[in-house]
Amino acid sequence: MIELKDIHKSFGDVEILKGINAKFETGKVNLVIGSSGHGKSIMMKCMVGLETPTSGSVIYDNRDFTHLEYRQLREVRKEIGMLFQGTALFDSLTVEQNVEFTLKMFTNMTPAERKDRVDFCLEQVDMPGINQKFPSEISGGMKKRVGIARAIALDIKYLFCDEPNSGLDPVTSRLIDELLKSITEEFKITTIINTHDMKTVFDIGDDVIFIYEGNNEWSGKVKDIKTSGNEILTRFIEASQFH
Amino acid sequence: MKKIVGLIFTAEMNFFNQFGKYVLFIMGMFSKPEKLGVYIDRTITEMNNIGIGSLAIVVIIAVFQGAVTTLQIAYQLISPLISKPVIGSIVSDSSMLELAPTITCLVLAGKVGSHIASEIGTMRVSEQIDALEVMGINSSGYLALPKIIAGLIMIPCLVIISIFLSNAGGILAGEASGILTSEEYLQGARASFLPYNLFFALIKAFTYAFIITTVSSFHGYTTRGGALEVGASSTKAVVYSAVAILFSDYLLAQLLL
Repeated sequence: MIELKDIHKSFGDVEILKGINAKFETGKVNLVIGSSGHGKSIMMKCMVGLETPTSGSVIYDNRDFTHLEYRQLREVRKEIGMLFQGTALFDSLTVEQNVEFTLKMFTNMTPAERKDRVDFCLEQVDMPGINQKFPSEISGGMKKRVGIARAIALDIKYLFCDEPNSGLDPVTSRLIDELLKSITEEFKITTIINTHDMKTVFDIGDDVIFIYEGNNEWSGKVKDIKTSGNEILTRFIEASQFH
Repeated sequence: MKKIVGLIFTAEMNFFNQFGKYVLFIMGMFSKPEKLGVYIDRTITEMNNIGIGSLAIVVIIAVFQGAVTTLQIAYQLISPLISKPVIGSIVSDSSMLELAPTITCLVLAGKVGSHIASEIGTMRVSEQIDALEVMGINSSGYLALPKIIAGLIMIPCLVIISIFLSNAGGILAGEASGILTSEEYLQGARASFLPYNLFFALIKAFTYAFIITTVSSFHGYTTRGGALEVGASSTKAVVYSAVAILFSDYLLAQLLL
């Protein structure tokens, strides 16, 4: 489980996150929704350590991630996988080398064991047989799937996805959603997805947090979202459905 | 007047701010490598990129540099009172002390420096460096350290090759123009050779190698924005490296000669 305790983040005089409290349960797909520019991505960056919160704590299963020493921080980070909005695959490496990367850096696996693990991860995302291709040679949807394969190469406990469906066609988008759901359930990991795609929310979401102007405006179960009674959230959902 | 003082003060503060970040960046690279073997592999790849990849341009520059210097020295020293081997002695000494290390490294600042800055800068703006950080890898160490070590090994080698080829260019130009024979050139070069000069050239080469690789890595690593900013970082890397090379050139000459 990941817990956010009173997270504030400012850039100069501009306060982006204004005291966010939230809990993300293990084995569930936790969705963070909200309009662009309201702090979803900054919140995720604070959670994975790419930004340091101005104040507050991020707790990973009783480990205060924001106040750990560098070495302890690295250990926690090995349990984190992340799918970036632009996939962030290493473009000088092949698909196989991308997925193999963390295995090579952090494990003592033999090349044969690494190859088996890479093949397993690529099969999990339904992308077998593209090991020797470079990221520039595959489509956007395939890159996302390779990104997921790379994220799960080590036995991770936490999976973060920043706008996993952006720039994808509806069919591929649905495939990615289903993939994230099945991986979460199969590996019993804590998955956190930043999105403003309401289809994703209703298709695969368990718990939802709605961020508005740097605040946790509403949180609850997906089934309760339409009857939340929160005006801003209702407007957001209506606008999303309209689009 | 107040405005000018204010501008100077701001520029100074910016310089110290940037220099502080540069020092922190270099210090940040030195943590225990996640996997030594991976770092060694990357260093060998970078040695190939920096050394072998720059060999052709270094060869061309060194040969022409030696040839042109020989012709110009001969033009300036054309007198029956000055023996011809003096030309060889001047060309070989100036090649070793100044031309080979400084000109070669200024060219490498352009070629290697811009490559390093744009490579790391592109990785920054496409979130690849963020991906490394999330994985728990020291991104500055992983990306920059192998380039710096490779530069420190290969650039002095290129400078030695450049010294040798400058002299070869000088001999060729002397023979081709009939100004002096190869024997006269070598006689002069041998007579004035001091091992300390070669040591001085190597000190310069190591210093310049460190400047080129660290300044370029720093500018690439601190890139923010998109394609335009990657281009700007690449240009900054070359300009700042060149200025730092010339500044340290003066400083080393003052301290060591």
